[in-house]
Amino acid sequence: MTVVGTNARRYEGPDKVCGRAKYIDDHDFPGCLFGVTVRSSVAHGRIRRIDFDPKFPWSECVVATARDVPHNSVLLIEQDQPLLVDEIVRHAMEPIALIAHPRREKAYEALRHVHVEYEELKPALTLSQALGTEALIFAPDNVFKRFLIEKGDVEAGLRSSHFIVEGEYRVGHQEQAYIENNGMAAWWDNGGVSVMGSMQCPYYVHKAIKHMFGLPDEKVRVIQTATGGGFGGKEEYPNMIGGHAAVLARKAGRPVKIIYDRGEDMAATTKRHPAVVRHCTGLSRDGKLLTQDIEVIMDGGAYVTLSPVVLSRATLHAAGSYECPNVRVRSQVVATNTPPNGAFRGFGAPQTLFAVELHWEKIAQATGIDSLTLRRRNAFREGSITATGQHLRQSVGALETLECCVKRGGYERKRKEYERFNRDPKKKCWKGIGLALVHHGAGFTGSGEAHLASRAAISLTRQGEIKVLAASTEIGQGTNTLFAQIVADTLGVPYDWVAVEAADTGRVPNSGPTVASRTCMIVGGLLQQAAHLFKKEVVEARGSFPKTRKDMHLAAVSLCNGQPEKRFETQYQTPAHVHWDDKTYRGDAYGVYSYATVVADLEIDKTTFEVRVRKITTAQDIGKAINPLLAEGQIAGGTAQGVGYALYENVVMKGGVMANAQLTNYIIPTSLDTPPMDVVIIERPYSEGPFGAKGVGELPMDAPGPAIAAAIYQAAGLLISELPILPEKIAQAKSHDQADG
Amino acid sequence: MIKLTVNGKKRAFCGPPFKRLIDVLREDFRLTGAKEGCGEGECGACAVLVEGQAVNSCLIPVCQMDGRKIETIEALGTVQKLHPLQEAFIEEGGAQCGICTPGMLMTACAWLRSHRAPKHSLRAHGARPLLKYGRGTYRSPQDIRRVLAGNLCRCTGYQPIVNSVVRAMKRHRTPK
Repeated sequence: MTVVGTNARRYEGPDKVCGRAKYIDDHDFPGCLFGVTVRSSVAHGRIRRIDFDPKFPWSECVVATARDVPHNSVLLIEQDQPLLVDEIVRHAMEPIALIAHPRREKAYEALRHVHVEYEELKPALTLSQALGTEALIFAPDNVFKRFLIEKGDVEAGLRSSHFIVEGEYRVGHQEQAYIENNGMAAWWDNGGVSVMGSMQCPYYVHKAIKHMFGLPDEKVRVIQTATGGGFGGKEEYPNMIGGHAAVLARKAGRPVKIIYDRGEDMAATTKRHPAVVRHCTGLSRDGKLLTQDIEVIMDGGAYVTLSPVVLSRATLHAAGSYECPNVRVRSQVVATNTPPNGAFRGFGAPQTLFAVELHWEKIAQATGIDSLTLRRRNAFREGSITATGQHLRQSVGALETLECCVKRGGYERKRKEYERFNRDPKKKCWKGIGLALVHHGAGFTGSGEAHLASRAAISLTRQGEIKVLAASTEIGQGTNTLFAQIVADTLGVPYDWVAVEAADTGRVPNSGPTVASRTCMIVGGLLQQAAHLFKKEVVEARGSFPKTRKDMHLAAVSLCNGQPEKRFETQYQTPAHVHWDDKTYRGDAYGVYSYATVVADLEIDKTTFEVRVRKITTAQDIGKAINPLLAEGQIAGGTAQGVGYALYENVVMKGGVMANAQLTNYIIPTSLDTPPMDVVIIERPYSEGPFGAKGVGELPMDAPGPAIAAAIYQAAGLLISELPILPEKIAQAKSHDQADG
Repeated sequence: MIKLTVNGKKRAFCGPPFKRLIDVLREDFRLTGAKEGCGEGECGACAVLVEGQAVNSCLIPVCQMDGRKIETIEALGTVQKLHPLQEAFIEEGGAQCGICTPGMLMTACAWLRSHRAPKHSLRAHGARPLLKYGRGTYRSPQDIRRVLAGNLCRCTGYQPIVNSVVRAMKRHRTPK
């Protein structure tokens, strides 16, 4: 009996639909205090003094400042970000002090009795201010990181081009908007600390807390609770809030819980990096790409956090899923006095893929060749060489996804039909259909997976229970279910024989962070290997693999040999075919890529300029769907976030802080804003993935933005090159258009 | 003292009268199924039923609940005996991270009851159709989208949720 490829029942599904799944705020800790954060009100300044209003009963509270943190930095790539500001404030909403009180409302009341006095410094709030000389945030030039990719000779390519097309594309911040806000609890005993909460990466928090307090491995335990969505927003920020809870708990000598409210979560935590992307593209007379010269600038916010890695992925995806003999990508991520930007599904790629995909519409305009034909001529196929010189030998479903969507979405027919429709001035709306084709590298970039050296294990308990041990978290995407499916099939046992251990650093090995579309492909692959080890050893010991639970129990008793469990652990090894050079940025940037096409069908109201997406058709090559229902769920969910990115989600920054930090005025799509979707999964197996699987988590986020912008271009005749495309933006562009025309 | 019925049980609350219903449910009655997502009635994660109608419990002071009947996710079904909607949410992938699920289910439940379609199954769970929504005719997926528009979900893209409600309706439509 096989369970891979079927819609096995979601492992923790019953608990979730019964309201029994325990999220961090659902946990009670005896004697727990409630923690809140004093945050900066200025974008850049020097703290002169912190006043605690003597009228407030401070004896009821525990207060912590920078002096209470042994090593005051949040360890990630760099150590530039303090846990609590000691002297210089570098962005608004930066944590300065912490207050804990037994009652939640009293803790919030205490916040109003703290006054911080600053010597204000001139801030650099925008990219141009940061690249000028307004303020120095990061020495020597406010640039956190630069990358350069070069293939062939871009200038020579330009000289031989028949068409040269330039374009500039912009995208703003995007808020992850998981429905459960960030929250963590911490308590100390026996000189060690336990931290529990909503997170994607328990071992990131583990490492950061060890560093903060100078503790050895075994004195820090990090436990993930049920997590109400992450999307990258709970990749690195839990290091901060977990650190805060631990500092307060240490000082209080009692457990402390910190749960953000929506306003604090939105204004203070990370967002998708805004970006400006410039393209200069040269093509032959028949529309073959000859040269791509691309410049990327991203806004990193005030601290390094994950910006270099986000920039890396942005850079590596900037040339799109097309073969071009001459490519240059120059990129940089810049420091500004705004809250640090960070991980968000897609991790840099949605920004640069928006640019390269919408640019096809501009190229189509310039060359007279439609963008579908241009894509067909240039898209990756097996044998193509990427911008980094990677030879795509297998599992390249780009054109298959394209043709599938074009057919199912009625793209060519509707394109013509809408052209006729839009010529009729009596119609109340314009109609448009647009498409985009994207690729997304699965797993960490380049040598990232080799550096992580992730470990995962299967445990056989003496009672004969089979348990998956991995730190990869269930955050809604179905980690538990996929892991159980992969292990069950590899062992040849029923799905319900396999249990999944909680993501608790006290119990599971470090299988790496739950990011980068790596959970199924990389960690699932490790578990498949561990299952093979397990099976081999059992078969060697007994002659055959147990077929009943009773036999499994007997096998377990002998294999465990008096111990409570026997573990089968594997560690990541880079596949032999993957070679990457970090210095030159050449080689196999990712082991493999997933591919997706989106066709967006929409209409625009001629009076209000509201865009209504009527239908999304998408085909996505993910190698193998271990669980098609979960895979479709990832695709539909990522697509909806892409629709939000394209049309609704507008972070308004005023004075370096989010002015619309509420779900009332930061608009994420509702069920009415999200169109019905026709989702097709295409399976071009990858030899190194478990059962052929590649990544799916981030891919769906990449294509809706440019597909919707292209559809708006057909509908309204306006190539709007900046997301989100709000009705106001269309109205404004229309009035300019008419004034010019 | 405020007296109310929660999931069929008579309860009394003696704290501050303006305490939000969600806090009373979660803190005083230890019913943590309703979640706080925004605290201002936008996301619907805290939706519970008051006299059969789905409301955002973060917007309601408990003093308004005197004498009212409240139902929360805890009373819908159990892991051993799932409500048809809960079963459908698992089968169709309507729950991913699960944080919006209790509110989503309560809203869907109120709507289904008000249409009498799955009468017998909901009756079996102690429910009475108290309020009507719309005109009581056949529901299309678009109707479901309209009903759930006050419940935000960031994971699913809603399609699996719509499919879940459709499945629950189909399975439990009573023959005329």
